[in-house]
Amino acid sequence: MSQNFNFINRSVFDLDDYSPDEIMYILEAAKGMKEINLREYKKIPTLRGKTVCTLFIENSTRTRMSFELAASRLSADVVSFQESTSALSKGESLQDTVYTLNAMGIDLYVIRHSSPGSPQLVNKYSGKPVINGGDGRHAHPTQALLDIFSIWERIGSIKGLKITIVGDILNSRVVRSNLIGMKKLGASVTVCGPRTLMPGQMEEVYGCRVEYDLKTALKDADCVMGLRMQLERQTEGLFPSLEEYTKHYVLSKDTIKWAKKDALIMHPGPMNRGVEILPEIADSTQSIIIEQVANGVAVRMALLFLILGGKA
Amino acid sequence: MKKLIKNGTVYYKGAFVKKDILIIKDKISEIKDKITEPADEVIDTKGKYVFPGFVDIHCHLRDPGQTYKEDIITGTKTAAKGGYTTVCAMPNTEPVVDNIATVEYIQRRAKDLGFCKVKVIGAITKQIDGKEISEMASMQEGGIVAVSDDGHCVQNGKLMVNCMKYAANFKIPVIIHAEDYNLAGKGQIHSGKIATQLGLSSIPSIAEEVIIARDIMLAESTKCRLHVAHVSSAKALELIKQAKDKGLPVTCEVTPHHLLLNEEACVHFDTNTKCKPPLREEKDRLALLEALKSGLIDCIATDHAPHADYEKELEFDKAPFGINGFEAAFASLYTHLVAKGHLTLERLLESMTAAPAKLLGMKAGVLENGSPADITIADLKGKIILTGETMLSKAKNTPWLGKPLQGKIVLTICDGRITYKA
Repeated sequence: MSQNFNFINRSVFDLDDYSPDEIMYILEAAKGMKEINLREYKKIPTLRGKTVCTLFIENSTRTRMSFELAASRLSADVVSFQESTSALSKGESLQDTVYTLNAMGIDLYVIRHSSPGSPQLVNKYSGKPVINGGDGRHAHPTQALLDIFSIWERIGSIKGLKITIVGDILNSRVVRSNLIGMKKLGASVTVCGPRTLMPGQMEEVYGCRVEYDLKTALKDADCVMGLRMQLERQTEGLFPSLEEYTKHYVLSKDTIKWAKKDALIMHPGPMNRGVEILPEIADSTQSIIIEQVANGVAVRMALLFLILGGKA
Repeated sequence: MKKLIKNGTVYYKGAFVKKDILIIKDKISEIKDKITEPADEVIDTKGKYVFPGFVDIHCHLRDPGQTYKEDIITGTKTAAKGGYTTVCAMPNTEPVVDNIATVEYIQRRAKDLGFCKVKVIGAITKQIDGKEISEMASMQEGGIVAVSDDGHCVQNGKLMVNCMKYAANFKIPVIIHAEDYNLAGKGQIHSGKIATQLGLSSIPSIAEEVIIARDIMLAESTKCRLHVAHVSSAKALELIKQAKDKGLPVTCEVTPHHLLLNEEACVHFDTNTKCKPPLREEKDRLALLEALKSGLIDCIATDHAPHADYEKELEFDKAPFGINGFEAAFASLYTHLVAKGHLTLERLLESMTAAPAKLLGMKAGVLENGSPADITIADLKGKIILTGETMLSKAKNTPWLGKPLQGKIVLTICDGRITYKA
């Protein structure tokens, strides 16, 4: 792809800000980055002198590590701000935190926060590009990009694919960003879960199909993604027990048969083995769950590179 | 002291007519085609419109106790700028207005320092915490015009029966902020497609509707006068219509923001669109507009709810609920409803003057001989843009910030005194 897209200093709040061609351009760039990750010396000097701040107001060790590795491999300096060790727990506002960090000369922020819309706020207060590392139930664009990258790398195209996402749709930012990205690239997506865990008007908002029955949802699927089912939803009165949930919505040898033969099995992690997915499926040859993690670093490297204007 | 308002188009007895108005001290002395009597001050209103002073039966002046958001001076100054001459202050202050001393404090301060008349609404329950009936009868002696736990809602049905029986005993209107706490949960915006898209916890319309249904039934059994504050959903209107058709003593109000905006306004996480009840769907908004036209909705009330900038400059789900109302009310409604032909100016004025005054038995909202000289003069072609610099309120939390509006209040007179001049 030779088109010149301008990613410089652009924030990544969600994938709706990006055209299909731009998304493909990011995937191509990620392919190059993946190659670097396979080298013995996994580092290039391209972002030397740039400072990336991972601002994690909500805990997420894996996503933070993935971003920090990505930045380090491009030779950027990385500082990390975490709620548990920070001023926010002392009642400082996000605005003041950002003003403080900004004064230290941050070039790009990665934010993880439980409040939807907080990446936009960080951008507003800092004037710096912000990559959304997950904002509440709203969006998780880098996860969606790595998911899409993983499918694209395996199958070669997203267009026309049937992708089914199963689980706690209501509380999932991963689903929301994936729906936007996958639809843009021409996939048809089905979401499946119990009605109590399904947000309203999904069809209208995302142009996806909504199914409450797993068998119907999996029919003809090229890719099947399970989502983490959290026990706390039980105490919120959204479903009666993990056992009953598993009975109806688990991805197992028996249920995955309803999808296409050799359908890709995905999961954004962390998995609850035995709840939403059985080991026999998670560890099967159809599963690309571990590849997704590896691709996450590559996709994040690509974004940092493009946004901070790295020289190839 | 005589003031003569000349050459204006006056909203008089339900029509727009060329009249002159003579004010002697705090009363309107005469309204006639032509008044030639000499006056101390002649106000030429050629090309302008002369309305009864606006009446707002629902606002938060934040005084006592939250004067960093607003106080009686800035609140009433802001009200005067919006064309208001009488406002009713809700009791969720610190301390709560659940006793006669606080009622008297607000009244005295407003009388001494205010730029419009302030009527006080007392709490339904002590501390507005829904546990014990407040001393409403004593507060009534002190001058309250109604009771409300606004911002809060009595969840306990049995207590609400007793509150309404007790209020009925003293003929005190009860104003409800209808919200079932369990159904509303930690919701931030309306349960609709924007909540789905933004991943924000949401407040379904039924959270409002079940309480309205309950309290209408309680009004029927207790004979209590019930007023539903800031009604926001089409279904809620159906319930109120049934009650009215049955002849029950039930009325309701709507806010300018619910008449003008829907859930889409929240899509960019603007905390100035965050309010309770939340901005709902377009079909709800259209139903509210129809109900205002038909008279099913009795009046417009701003629910002026100032919050300091730093309180609204937070993550969406951490910011408080509420929209700053006085300064944008008339201009936003005029611009987006009247000027576009969706509502007549007559109906807008009725619902901002005579109707709310009548609803709480206040002598206001009508221009006639002998009535208080409460007058608002507007330049309907005049433009305004609310900004942090131009707003008089301590708080700037309005979704109309920076947006051009038409219909400028140029002069406000309250009890014969000029309280605002553009």
